[in-house]
Amino acid sequence: MFDRDRWQEIFSAIKQNKLRSALTAFGVFWGIFMLVTMTGAGNALLNGMTEGMKDFATNSGFVWTNNTTKAYKGFKQGRWWEFDNDDMEAIRRGVPEVDILAPKLQGWNISGGENVVRGLKTGSFTVNGEVPEYNLIDPNEMVYGRYINEMDILHKRKVCVIGERVYEVMFDKGQDPTGEYLRVSGVWFQVIGVAKTKNPNIQIGANKEEVVSLPFSTMQQTFNYGDRVHFFGFTAHDGESVAETVEKVTALLKERHSVAPDDLEASGHVNVEEMVKTMGYAFLGISVLIWIVGIGTLIAGAVGVSNIMLVIVRERTKEIGIQRAIGAKPLTIVGQILTESVFLTTIAGFLGLAFGTLVLQLADVAIKAAEAANTSDQGTFFKNPEIGLPMALMSLGILIVIGFFAGLIPARKAIRIKPIEALRYE
Amino acid sequence: MNDSIIRVESLHKSYVNGKNALHVLKGISLDIKKGEMVSIMGASGSGKSTLLNVLGILDNYDSGSYHLDDIHISTMDETKAARYRNKYIGFVFQSFNLISFKNAMENVALPLYYQKVNRKKRNNLALEYLDRMGLREWADHLPSELSGGQKQRIAIARALISKPKVILADEPTGALDSQTSAEVMEILKEVNRSGIAVIIVTHENEIAKNTERIIRLKDGIIESNELNHSFKLQELEAN
Repeated sequence: MFDRDRWQEIFSAIKQNKLRSALTAFGVFWGIFMLVTMTGAGNALLNGMTEGMKDFATNSGFVWTNNTTKAYKGFKQGRWWEFDNDDMEAIRRGVPEVDILAPKLQGWNISGGENVVRGLKTGSFTVNGEVPEYNLIDPNEMVYGRYINEMDILHKRKVCVIGERVYEVMFDKGQDPTGEYLRVSGVWFQVIGVAKTKNPNIQIGANKEEVVSLPFSTMQQTFNYGDRVHFFGFTAHDGESVAETVEKVTALLKERHSVAPDDLEASGHVNVEEMVKTMGYAFLGISVLIWIVGIGTLIAGAVGVSNIMLVIVRERTKEIGIQRAIGAKPLTIVGQILTESVFLTTIAGFLGLAFGTLVLQLADVAIKAAEAANTSDQGTFFKNPEIGLPMALMSLGILIVIGFFAGLIPARKAIRIKPIEALRYE
Repeated sequence: MNDSIIRVESLHKSYVNGKNALHVLKGISLDIKKGEMVSIMGASGSGKSTLLNVLGILDNYDSGSYHLDDIHISTMDETKAARYRNKYIGFVFQSFNLISFKNAMENVALPLYYQKVNRKKRNNLALEYLDRMGLREWADHLPSELSGGQKQRIAIARALISKPKVILADEPTGALDSQTSAEVMEILKEVNRSGIAVIIVTHENEIAKNTERIIRLKDGIIESNELNHSFKLQELEAN
């Protein structure tokens, strides 16, 4: 319903004092602008963080050993213990909550010096032993070739998957490395693939770009690790808690290796599920903070609008009196004031929303440009600053509500004016 | 059943200001017939404006009774009062009280806006009334572009457009020079001839002389209430 007389009155009131209207509107504009840009920035932070780990199995955990701190079953404290292949079997059999189990080897002792050689090219890289299942916990994108598979494990093939940095150093740009050979710590391995991690923000052990991954079984045999397992990653079945699974797994392993069950220092673990949860809370905290600040600023703006509407009502006391004398009902006057207040806040808020979105858009363009210029493959921590449509609609809704409440007090004041007093008012 | 448009019996009204009560109307009784033209005179403080406010349902009264067109007007909520004002009463003020951002036509049409008459219909009607006031060509002008006499004629057109039974005029010529005053009085008389009762509050004898009956107020009571014989003569001359 477009009531021309009503809008005529609104525009006349706004035009009568342009500067005052603009300053009032600015309060609301600024509130919504802050809300939009800060939410956008918060989202960008969230995007940046999750972008670098979104494919990582969130229901996963990692377990490793430390020196014991308690004497137990005749063993003195401070004893070093290690997992082995049988432990893996025992976990598979004894802890049904475990879904994927991926034992890992870290070749610290064979990674020193210029350990990787191809012709005249040499490099110093970390050597890891992996099973195919590990690619399900911490997925890679294969730039060339394939990842380690069951056959590699079964036949203990001398093959390797290399990180991006390894490829850059050991091969020419654009060259297909698959089928080529690398000498890794004195032994020749055939390159079967180049892996690019999808989760650059989660580092387990070494820098994933500078890793040469060998089949787990090949590495155990070739480099004399016997049946040792340095640490392992696992995922829990759907619906099982990672924390509880970690408890069960460590209890089992401690029993198998005669480590005191209450020796909490003897093993270490990372619970990715917990970490993701904690991060979720942190982001929830950030968005709550953003909303508190944004809404606070908006309320300050609304108080400004309310204040100015009071002044407008006072200025128009006589006009309101005339209108009442010639038949305007109180509801007509209330409607007038409320429409004016909602109109002022909505227009100002809409401009704030538009301007905020524009700023976010510019920031996005700038970030993308910076990303394109940045040759290092480190993921940015700031990505896609944006606010969703629901958020935009919600803030518009909030504006209308705020405009309504900002108009209430002035409107009440306006109908309390008696026509007769208004007519006397000079 | 009777031909009074306004019937007031022993009306009392006082303003309470803290502990002091100011007794303004001390038992006013009067009876104004349909189509009559009456002036209410009195010095300032005599209670004439208060009486006009009560008659215009702009203010309420303490005791007594007030019948407008045989309807008993008692304390009522603002919405109802607004409806009665809109339907029965047309106001003409000393300071015109036009809405500054509306042009002449829109000002005249305003009472119909509150009756929710559609824009086209009410504007056409407003033009008709402006035509009767000889101001058709000024329809698009804002009040600030018009002279005092023109503004008062627009105010009268606005009072008339809702086809009221009574016109209440509070010092309608107070802000006008004598020649324009005479013109405005002529218009009010013409309005009266069409059958609408006109009540003029004034302190000028010149104006009062132009009405059928003169009611003089003093200190909140009616001092005199007499027919104005010279008015009859004028009427005869006019005919």
